[in-house]
Amino acid sequence: MTILTETKDGPLVLSPDQVEELGRALDDLRARIVADLGDSDREYIYSIIKAQRGFEIAGRSLMYLGFLPPFWLAAVAALSVSKILDNMEIGHNVMHGQYDWMRERGLNSREFEWDTVCPADQWKHSHNYLHHTYTNIHGMDRDIGYGILRMDESQKWNPLRLGQPLYAFGLMVLFEWGVMGHDLEVENIIRGKRSWSDIKKLVKGQWRKAGRQVLKDYVVFPALTGPLFVSTLAGNVTANLVRNLWAFSIIFCGHFPTGVQTFTEAETAEETRGEWYVRQMLGSANITGSKLFHIMSGNLSHQIEHHLFPDLPANRYPQLAPEVRELCEKYGLPYNTGSLGQQVGSVWMKIFKLALPPFLVGKESTPGVIVMRQQVVSSDLQAVASGNTTEVGV
Amino acid sequence: MVGLIDLVQTLTTPHPLDRYLELVRPTLTARELRAEITHVRRSVPGSVTLTLRPTRQWRGHAAGQYVQIGVVIDGIRHIRCYSPVNPEGRRDRHIQLTVKAHPGGLVSQYLYRNAVPGMVVSLEPAAGVFRLPEPRPERVLLISGGSGITPVLSMLRTLAEEGYPGELAFLHYAKSPEAVPHRAELEVIAQANKNFRIEMRHPGDGSGYFDYDQLERVAPWFADGETYVCGPQGLMAAVRKIFEAEQLSDRLHAEEFTLATTPVDADEAFGTVSFSASGKNAENNGAVLLEQAEAAGLTPEYGCRMGICFSCTAVRRTGCTRNVRTGETNSDPDQPIQLCINAPVGDVEIDI
Ligand code: FES
Repeated sequence: MTILTETKDGPLVLSPDQVEELGRALDDLRARIVADLGDSDREYIYSIIKAQRGFEIAGRSLMYLGFLPPFWLAAVAALSVSKILDNMEIGHNVMHGQYDWMRERGLNSREFEWDTVCPADQWKHSHNYLHHTYTNIHGMDRDIGYGILRMDESQKWNPLRLGQPLYAFGLMVLFEWGVMGHDLEVENIIRGKRSWSDIKKLVKGQWRKAGRQVLKDYVVFPALTGPLFVSTLAGNVTANLVRNLWAFSIIFCGHFPTGVQTFTEAETAEETRGEWYVRQMLGSANITGSKLFHIMSGNLSHQIEHHLFPDLPANRYPQLAPEVRELCEKYGLPYNTGSLGQQVGSVWMKIFKLALPPFLVGKESTPGVIVMRQQVVSSDLQAVASGNTTEVGV
Repeated sequence: MVGLIDLVQTLTTPHPLDRYLELVRPTLTARELRAEITHVRRSVPGSVTLTLRPTRQWRGHAAGQYVQIGVVIDGIRHIRCYSPVNPEGRRDRHIQLTVKAHPGGLVSQYLYRNAVPGMVVSLEPAAGVFRLPEPRPERVLLISGGSGITPVLSMLRTLAEEGYPGELAFLHYAKSPEAVPHRAELEVIAQANKNFRIEMRHPGDGSGYFDYDQLERVAPWFADGETYVCGPQGLMAAVRKIFEAEQLSDRLHAEEFTLATTPVDADEAFGTVSFSASGKNAENNGAVLLEQAEAAGLTPEYGCRMGICFSCTAVRRTGCTRNVRTGETNSDPDQPIQLCINAPVGDVEIDI
């Protein structure tokens, strides 16, 4: 197979040996971090949990002063921060098994639940398994467009796509509900590929989890503030909304900015570990920012590192990043990163562009890093380099 | 109380209430059991005696039972079983543990070196069927060796405290008199209870290993009594052999006392893999556990099959497994492991 990546100086060819070498370097890097895990990582995650709980309690309490606008705003801000931390730096990462090695009850991937409507087990299936195993492979990674958006040129265009910016906006606003529905594969139900009996269990779990979340945020806590019911309700809705906007933005920056690549099933069949690593790097994008920003994004601003090592504690990603970047440079691979503004802008550009029919926007130029998967004869290699063929040595 | 906890739990959903309380104070818990170390005594070389004050969920222990405590070492919580040495008692709100620092024993060494009053450990309710029955038997024989003394010591102290009227013999094997924990206490008990016969043996300096003669001398009535034994494998086997020969196996109660042993050669495939939840067994063929389970006709949950998604996580009850990605072996009991990247080393029991 070939994996094609764009570089300034034309196609770049990675030999199978190079890919394996790169894989070994990343394995080493991983082993070094694993050997070093200990008290400081434990303290880190507990400090984040403490902060999150603090913000939560502050937010819930400030709602009692919600009749004064500045306090209402402060309450919403604190609760939003709490929910963002809960979902991103804590929930997402704990459910990836990043802290399983601590063997701590309540902080392991099997038991953890997060403060959002999607049940943990369903998210672990659609995200940890499907998305992280088949990252950016068409037809396998359902995170490409989440079943409703056209986020890649190779997804077929049809007139319904014209509404895509609207759908994306809707998804952003209702993001937690979108995440919840993800595992249902609603579009496959519409197409008749999935039946009610397939999803019955999922729906039940969602009903239970979402019910509790709704009860807590929209009934019990508002009721506890008595006459301030409506003000608290509005505050809680807003905090959930803020979390949704933020999570959507960070997550969409992970795989959809320009320069990120997608793959076909044929290209990635029987991948080696090295090739898997390369795919993860070509398929992810980072966001630059301050330490605080990385924490608030659950370190998904280090999406590349996260995709290489999804089960390493997220607080280690900043430490890993320079080495990963160096490796990319060594092998000529792109290390896709940019400011939040750049990446978000690039994502929305894509959402708008791909809403339009291909004949209007034209095609992106074909990328040009070639990852050779097996030894190939040199004539094939030249053929690829000159763009005559797309399949080599499979 | 429970109703109130449930209400508060609605407010903290999806996180259990304890996940908030523990941040205030580790011993402030609604549901989870924990204990604070209140006293630390290192009177016997190589062992430490801890007094623990459990949180209010503690329901006490029966003499002979064990508890599991968990301590954090290098960021990792390690769980180990210890038998309380204090007598059982309804109103008794503490636990006393005597921990021998085994060479290479991570937790015991850690506790021996670092335990201080104020330290909080996680705790599981007392468990185990190795315990004195109600009503008490008319004759009781206790046999222990080394640190196997702990559960039988609790039995001895319980009976002493109850003013047990029957006949009791206690036979303990240790390297030297100095190595016997709670020696002074044993003497006090021996003096206060004329019907108790307490004897120490130090096989190293000639007082001999357990055999029929010793048994006859200490407890000639052993055939009508109930015998409780805990100690190293050699001692257990010797006792068992005699009781089997006498067809008294049903009067013998033994507590396995084995340290987790790590097999040496990680690459060779040997032993049996038992899938305890489904009652299946298979010869270990060296493949990762997920494949071995599937070959045995089971369908454990899985996803990526490459160690990234954690779908295949299951609990390894006993035995040692090797992580095929890192080559590391681990044999801590009752640990969740990823089936797709772990291969058994020798006998392994997996809870699927
Ligand atoms: S199947 Fe994904 S970690 Fe084992």
